[in-house]
Amino acid sequence: MDFLNGDEAVAYGAKLCRPHVIPVYPITPQTIVVERIADFVANKLMDCEYIHVESEHSAMCAAMGASLVGARAFTATSSQGLAYMHEMLHYVSGSRFPIVMMNANRTLAAPWNIFGDQRDSLSQRDTGWIQVYVENGQEALDMIIQAYAIAEDDRVYTPVMVNLDGFVNTHTYELVDIPEQHEVDQFLPPLRSKNAIDFNHPRSFCISAATEWNMEFRYQQYEAMENAKQVIVEVDKRFGDKFGRYYHGLVEEYRCEDAEVVLVALGSAIGTSRIVVDKLREQGLKVGLVKLRFYRPFPAEYFKALSKRVKAVGVIDRDLSFGYEGAVASDIKSALNSAGSPPKVINFIAGIAGRDITKENIEGMYHKLFNLSQGKFEKELQFTGLRW
Amino acid sequence: MVKAKDLTDKEYLYGHKACPGCGLGTIGRLTLKILGERTIVTLPASCMSTVTTQYPQMNYTVPSLTMAFAGTGAVLTGMAAGLKAQGITDVNVLGFAGDGGTADIGLQALSGAVERGDNIFYICYDNEAYMNTGVQRSSLTPIGAATTDSPSGTASFGESKPKKNMFEIMIAHRIPYAATASSAYPYDLMNKVEKAKNIQGPKYIHIMCPCPTGWGFASDLTVEIGKLAVETGMWYLAEYENGKVKMSHVPKTLKPVEEYLSRQKRFRHLNPETIKLIQENRDREWALIKEKWLQVC
Repeated sequence: MDFLNGDEAVAYGAKLCRPHVIPVYPITPQTIVVERIADFVANKLMDCEYIHVESEHSAMCAAMGASLVGARAFTATSSQGLAYMHEMLHYVSGSRFPIVMMNANRTLAAPWNIFGDQRDSLSQRDTGWIQVYVENGQEALDMIIQAYAIAEDDRVYTPVMVNLDGFVNTHTYELVDIPEQHEVDQFLPPLRSKNAIDFNHPRSFCISAATEWNMEFRYQQYEAMENAKQVIVEVDKRFGDKFGRYYHGLVEEYRCEDAEVVLVALGSAIGTSRIVVDKLREQGLKVGLVKLRFYRPFPAEYFKALSKRVKAVGVIDRDLSFGYEGAVASDIKSALNSAGSPPKVINFIAGIAGRDITKENIEGMYHKLFNLSQGKFEKELQFTGLRW
Repeated sequence: MVKAKDLTDKEYLYGHKACPGCGLGTIGRLTLKILGERTIVTLPASCMSTVTTQYPQMNYTVPSLTMAFAGTGAVLTGMAAGLKAQGITDVNVLGFAGDGGTADIGLQALSGAVERGDNIFYICYDNEAYMNTGVQRSSLTPIGAATTDSPSGTASFGESKPKKNMFEIMIAHRIPYAATASSAYPYDLMNKVEKAKNIQGPKYIHIMCPCPTGWGFASDLTVEIGKLAVETGMWYLAEYENGKVKMSHVPKTLKPVEEYLSRQKRFRHLNPETIKLIQENRDREWALIKEKWLQVC
């Protein structure tokens, strides 16, 4: 075991995947990833083309160019940088390049702030990227490796974004197991891209498709994302069998067996919530926790099934779609409702711009969910930890 | 030197949908004949991508990638890096970008790629406005030209600012090779492509590409207009390598600019004072060229 922060875990994860090309542009709190990889390259611990691009837009352009020629590409960004490369996220997914990117979740200006929330990546929902949110450094490292296996699967060919909560994940040191290179090599063979140039069969990539054909390209993207649901589960199994760590695919349940109320969260809030669940369970309260790992593809089927099992659901959103509610809550409500007689839902807006989500906050959320399940009034959307 | 008889009969750009008389087809075909089949073409949003990569009618017989408007330089960087990382050394990565895609929205990515010294080949085909979207001005639209968003009117003589000088911007990067060319001078163009292809690092060629539709001239006059641009000193043919600029063609005397302007609808509104202003601008530019690059020892 090594003592690493989340960014370092990502850097080691990337190193183990042997990417050919890494174009990166620094932004807090992703910078440690950039620095560690630069160190690896400077010391010949990593054999790749490290490109100092002049913007995040160019980082994704360069990753796309590399992928076009059959190279494995990795990059990392955060917040404003992710917003700046927004256009390219569509280009990459639409032209089906299996690029993997780490995103350090950080709020978006204004007001400017470097600390964590998930509005940066959640607002990229419709860019056609697979999005996974990790709980700790070990999962971060492991998911970089799994991300390539998912992205490069013949049934998928879709880019993957691995999200870490800024600072809480990226800068917090934990014990992390770094797998052996030869074992990762067995798990993740070299990329033989079916979506790359071949001079014997020249093709045009990322073409223009007019009205007569464009919808059919979109349909194929839809199919790829649907396929990804299965592939994610398979890769998780294969990874677990090899390395001994299973992450349960799209969602992980924690003590939900007979739960009356459950909280759903993504990322670092999960670790804190597990402790609260244990405490409340000791008190005899039937609480459970759902770790939403993949936001896209969205595990709608899971929530349809959950609908029949619980009385109330709380959704922690470290984001807000102004004019409505948290983005994650909207999706979960939609899935719960499609099953008929759905449980009641409270959307907790919390952890905005790095504000702590404390154990007390989470315990309070569970009590509100019990209120709701017992017929008491609770507002559908509540800010947690607000000053007033 | 490139000779017509040595040119390959193979076409690498074929069946495109450009307007009749467009200089773009000439530039694309001739460039690719020199660079050959081990070339990957990338095209940002532009006339070039619109008329050559509309699914399912693909017009390149070399691999191509259509790209975001701002990203040509960076995607070339990525291709070059990806090839290098895989030990592939015999492939040209070529970008065809328009004037807006180069001098406006794409300038940052181009500057980055050139500054890094990446082994890329960048061609700007300059038709002096956003033609693909319906003739809007770019920073390479010449002063006095009327476009759809810099029209002439009672308070306007058209584009009010002079053309940005991309050649000198590239020189300021100390690029290994930069050149200007014109679709009306095919041998000059092909020789420059031939020379550039053997140079390691970034290569930039800025090619004047007359546009019958946007400039307002008959489609059989493309070559004539292109030549007039050079003969009147409104465009020049030059090369930069090893830290020095060499003029490829210097007209003995520059023809009056009116001979060039009067042939195009975009300048038809100009009054004698404005034409005089344009001629004075040209004279100033050429005085500078003579001072900087044509000094007799």
